[in-house]
Amino acid sequence: MNFSVVLNQFWPLLISGLALGFIYVLISLGYTMVYGVLRLINFANSEIFMVGTFATVIVSRYFFHFDQNTDPLHGFRLFYTMGACLIASMLMSGVTAVMVELIAYRRLRAKGTNRLASLISAIGTSIMLQEGVRILTHSTPMSNPRLLRKFGAITIGDVNTPNNVVIRNDILLVIVFAAALFFAVDRFVSKTLLGKAIRAVSMSEETSRLMGINLNRVISATFLIGGFMTGAAAFLYETVYENTKYNVGFSIGLAAFTAAVLGGIGNLRGAFFGGLTLGLLEVFIAAVLGTQWKSVTVFVVLVLVLLFKPNGLFGEAVQQSRV
Amino acid sequence: MNLQINDLHVFYGKIEAIKGISITVNQGEIVTLIGANGAGKTTMLKTVSGLRPVGSGSIIFDGQDISKVSAHERVELGISQAPEGRGIFPGMTVLENLEIGKYFRKNRKAEMNEDLENVYNLFPRLKERSGQAGGTLSGGEQQMLAIGRALMARPKLLLLDEPSMGLAPMMIQNIFRIITEINRTGTTILLVEQNAQQALQRAHRAYVLETGKVVKEAKASDLLNDPAVRAAYLGTGAAEGHH
Repeated sequence: MNFSVVLNQFWPLLISGLALGFIYVLISLGYTMVYGVLRLINFANSEIFMVGTFATVIVSRYFFHFDQNTDPLHGFRLFYTMGACLIASMLMSGVTAVMVELIAYRRLRAKGTNRLASLISAIGTSIMLQEGVRILTHSTPMSNPRLLRKFGAITIGDVNTPNNVVIRNDILLVIVFAAALFFAVDRFVSKTLLGKAIRAVSMSEETSRLMGINLNRVISATFLIGGFMTGAAAFLYETVYENTKYNVGFSIGLAAFTAAVLGGIGNLRGAFFGGLTLGLLEVFIAAVLGTQWKSVTVFVVLVLVLLFKPNGLFGEAVQQSRV
Repeated sequence: MNLQINDLHVFYGKIEAIKGISITVNQGEIVTLIGANGAGKTTMLKTVSGLRPVGSGSIIFDGQDISKVSAHERVELGISQAPEGRGIFPGMTVLENLEIGKYFRKNRKAEMNEDLENVYNLFPRLKERSGQAGGTLSGGEQQMLAIGRALMARPKLLLLDEPSMGLAPMMIQNIFRIITEINRTGTTILLVEQNAQQALQRAHRAYVLETGKVVKEAKASDLLNDPAVRAAYLGTGAAEGHH
């Protein structure tokens, strides 16, 4: 155990914890919004993330023909190339999420089956997507070529002494972009008509139908938005970690799900605080105990929350402000 | 506007909740369904709104069979409901609850102010509370909100499920007075009530339901004086108080 690292490396750890946390925030929106409207844990969301990571890698490799030896881009070319990757990931994840709902959940719902059937269907869909991609990629990891030259974008403190903090540009991108997306979704859900319909459905499905709300359309929209956010997270993940594999979604999906539960599943702002808390916790615990404890941290948090605060940290507010 | 329900059967699993009910609601009427708990009153309204599937029989609204039309499309056709238990969205403000009542209207924005003003005229309390979360309102205020929200959809037919439930006597008087007022401005009303006294005083016609069947159909004022109905649904005290 190495406690001194917390003091020596406090700021760098804080920043990488925030970056990881913000990626969790975006993915946990996928879990939490779907849970809000359907009371269903969409276990396939980890695979919705996974296909998003492949979208970014495939677009930069096969569409823009980048590889490990290509020089990083600058200026406008950098902007539109990364933009294309982002849109590809968001579309891939968003469309996959909508398809999953159409194929795996909607028919069960129409038949009036209980939630357990949908949950099993969710797990089945997750396995199917993961195995499908495993076969297509022959289980080989794919690396994402570096489009963005990485450098310290912000330096706080004196560069000539050890007492300074350097924030890399890609980390800064994650934090700023993810935070902006979160606030956009939060605003969308609270201000727009569709957002209000999503909140209405999450509070009462039956009353929503009495308001003339087309339930299936609102549910599709929810999966699409959740998928978009998960896809954006996949793009950011690839920008920072530059690697993917058919099972990349498993541990990160579980962590994002834990983040959603930690904040109180069904609650958007809960997902925000849950994601950041879990990201920071993981990074600091890994620094103290060693990286092998990273996943353990996630599971321990999940078990503790379910045992002692099953409604999450913001559970009290959930009934009032679901989604 | 005309609603015609013919030989309706509705099932919950294998249990038959509605066993061949036929009722008619004509333009401009207040029609009430009275009966004890479990008579099938709420199921009737849910089925008219499309929340419960029709087992057999038909529901004709304005000449169109709507038995297979989905719930949200029935709202577009002009059927709105203030459901049992009020169904207020607790985390939304009073204003948001009212706005969502117009969700499906195409010229929602153009109509919004006018309709809000109408609702606020009927229920001035809602205007005072417009920024407050629906879940923090009193029972009576929630009932006002439920009715106001249903009116935002500009319904031809308004379904009211137990509007007096759990309210203080003063508030019950107030709500029923407003129901009559809404009817006078041209909205047809199908009212489900356990408070038969009030319902029969306000309605034009009434149906008495027992375990999924209509056992009596008459002018509301006739039922108010019907000894059997008085004994079963009004209670001697209430009936005598009326004389």
